[in-house]
Amino acid sequence: MNYNWNWGIFWEMSADGRHTWFMTLIMGLGWTLATAFCAGIIAFILGSFIGVVRTMPIKWAVRIGNAYVELFRNIPLLVQLFIWFFVLPELLPTSLGNSIKQMNPPWASFVPAVIGLGLFTAARVAEQVRAGIQALARGQGMAGTALGLTLAQTYRSVLLPMAFRIIMPPLTSETMNLIKNTSVALTIGLIELTAAARSMQEFTFQVFEAFTAATVIYIVVNLIAVNLMRWLERRIAVPGFIGPAVGGGGH
Amino acid sequence: MGEFDFGVIQRSLGYLFREGMTFTLTLTGIAAAGGIFFGTLLAMMRLSSHKWLSLPATAYVNLMRSIPLLLVIFWFYFLVPYIGAWVTGSSQPVKVGAFTSSVVTFMLFEAAYYSEIMRAGIQSIARGQVWAGLALGLNYWQTMKQIVLPQAFRNMVPILLTQTIILFQDTSLVYVLSITDFLGAASKIAQRDGRLVEMYIFAALVYFIISYLLSQLVKRLQLRIAIIR
Repeated sequence: MNYNWNWGIFWEMSADGRHTWFMTLIMGLGWTLATAFCAGIIAFILGSFIGVVRTMPIKWAVRIGNAYVELFRNIPLLVQLFIWFFVLPELLPTSLGNSIKQMNPPWASFVPAVIGLGLFTAARVAEQVRAGIQALARGQGMAGTALGLTLAQTYRSVLLPMAFRIIMPPLTSETMNLIKNTSVALTIGLIELTAAARSMQEFTFQVFEAFTAATVIYIVVNLIAVNLMRWLERRIAVPGFIGPAVGGGGH
Repeated sequence: MGEFDFGVIQRSLGYLFREGMTFTLTLTGIAAAGGIFFGTLLAMMRLSSHKWLSLPATAYVNLMRSIPLLLVIFWFYFLVPYIGAWVTGSSQPVKVGAFTSSVVTFMLFEAAYYSEIMRAGIQSIARGQVWAGLALGLNYWQTMKQIVLPQAFRNMVPILLTQTIILFQDTSLVYVLSITDFLGAASKIAQRDGRLVEMYIFAALVYFIISYLLSQLVKRLQLRIAIIR
């Protein structure tokens, strides 16, 4: 087999004539992290809200929450991004649609990517939050009511503080999934890490160098994210209750 | 953008389903079967007491699970010709079609995820059952085949099926290799006729209906299994 290895390629000028290929990959990583971060905020806030709604003693609210989760879980992420990117501007009033289409290059893909990933991930967060709340003993909610707390107060001071601690491990893997899923945004033109490696491969034909670099960067980012989440998990653990740092005893 | 044109969907139904959906379902089927097979082997390797078996399996699973599927698709698209050359001993990279490449990709990628499910399944079987099997004079493979795996599969069927629904949705990512899967077919017609709105909404609807119905079936199955145990 004849393949010309050239690991020095990273320090050569990239196709845009201003940055090295190394910098191209780093900028791709920047967009990956920015997209994941913004989408993560949407997913956390909206997902927590929907997850809470799905456990409330109000039938129609539960139904709407369930419908949201089913809708966003059963359509491939790629199709969802296409709908935000291609379809939404057409369905909005013409002037608004046109102004969306005329956004400058990175934003025209970045904004739909963040919205799409955020709403998609929110459905998954909502599922975890619901499971976390339902994992608590039923008596906890009743105790809150018996103490004279309103429904909102019961959630705020009794149920949610424990539920969020319980679901830290699944939220960690959702964070990993979110970071990996940002790569799907390359289909709507966002030059994130995978797209940067792909363009490097297309221009230089150094397939293995480009993809190895991207793979290593993803692994490092994953390791950092996992350790950050573990640290957060230990930080917020209630002594004697749950959490990895507590051995034996507890509940 | 004029009015909604549902005619474009009607006119392309044959192409969408006969070519696109057939590809999607074939890829899903082969990748699920191969993924579960290799995933089970990987799970057995990971649970082995031999370090030289468990370490590579663990490394493989962790590697696959920490990089995005799209990157894996690109990796294999370029790797498979070289692997082919290595297997057949030819000096030139072997020409591999996009279909073979995507089948290999999804099989090996999903194997990592299926293996995690199977590992949990195997671990859910009491260890005493393995010892009982060995005490009866069965060897390792017989114990696995007759005693452990049938029960592990049974316990894990709902989760394996849920993962397969995710796989069904993930196959849409072969779009990046310009393959005519269901989404690829919808996208080609959308571009040709300038009917992005109708085609993408229709594609979303079809994926939703199939995935939703399957997930409801899995839920029912889960209840039935739960009652019997």
